[in-house]
Amino acid sequence: MTDHTTIRKAVLDDFDAVIELDLEGIMEDKPTYWQDIFDRYVKTGRDDGYFLVAEISGEVVGFIVGEVRAWEFGSPPCGWVFALSVSPKSREKGIGQLMMKEMCQRLKQAGVTTVRTMVDRENKLTLSFFRSQGLRTGRYIELEKAIV
Amino acid sequence: MKIQKSSLFALYAVLELASDPERQLSATDIAGKYGISTHHLAKILRTLVRSKLVQAVRGAGGGYRFTGIINRTTLLDVIELFETLEDESDAPSPKGQFAGAVIEELQSITREIDDLTKAVLDTITLETALNSSRLRASFTT
Repeated sequence: MTDHTTIRKAVLDDFDAVIELDLEGIMEDKPTYWQDIFDRYVKTGRDDGYFLVAEISGEVVGFIVGEVRAWEFGSPPCGWVFALSVSPKSREKGIGQLMMKEMCQRLKQAGVTTVRTMVDRENKLTLSFFRSQGLRTGRYIELEKAIV
Repeated sequence: MKIQKSSLFALYAVLELASDPERQLSATDIAGKYGISTHHLAKILRTLVRSKLVQAVRGAGGGYRFTGIINRTTLLDVIELFETLEDESDAPSPKGQFAGAVIEELQSITREIDDLTKAVLDTITLETALNSSRLRASFTT
């Protein structure tokens, strides 16, 4: 099912497609955030950060963004995947799996042996996806409180 | 957190049957594989049939086969056929404001643990559990 899917580095022309895919997810328009991500990971190019897109017949149908982060929260360098989306019409074709595999390969080449992510516990779809890719609850616990 | 024996047996049966949906197995076959009571498992299979996760096939060579949706059914879906994961213990009647606050605080912590447990179990599909089991089996052979 993924024969014609290409995973490649994002280019500046992918901006609108990425925004559109992101809107299909959480329905919150945040162009400034994406402009900043494109500036950091696409325009300047980093050797420890990766912005990849999945393309079928010239159409961007998914994206994934990750990077190596070192010593945050006292953790030795590890890979973080902090954005992932696949167009609803292209789901269940193994595209997320392909992007995740490519991301893990690049992170491994960068020298890390662990990949992490964080997902809202109500987001069953994304949580189930990462579970299916072998991710489990990690050794760090996220804590939070309302500041009133 | 301790999953009740019925839920655990149900997960054994569902995962075993879902690992090959074309295959039919008797309660004795499954119980033998997992070293559990056939009598107890037979009762559990009846619940699984009612939930339509499993179908009972009658006649010679009959048994049970998986009829659910492997990539849509989660471990929590199976467990909740047999138990609720919420704390159901009766809260005592406190005397005084501080005792009431202690009880509420401990209930809040219990809810936090329950929510985490459910969030984990509700995002592991039978397909994911089976893939992980197969991977684990390949490491140990």
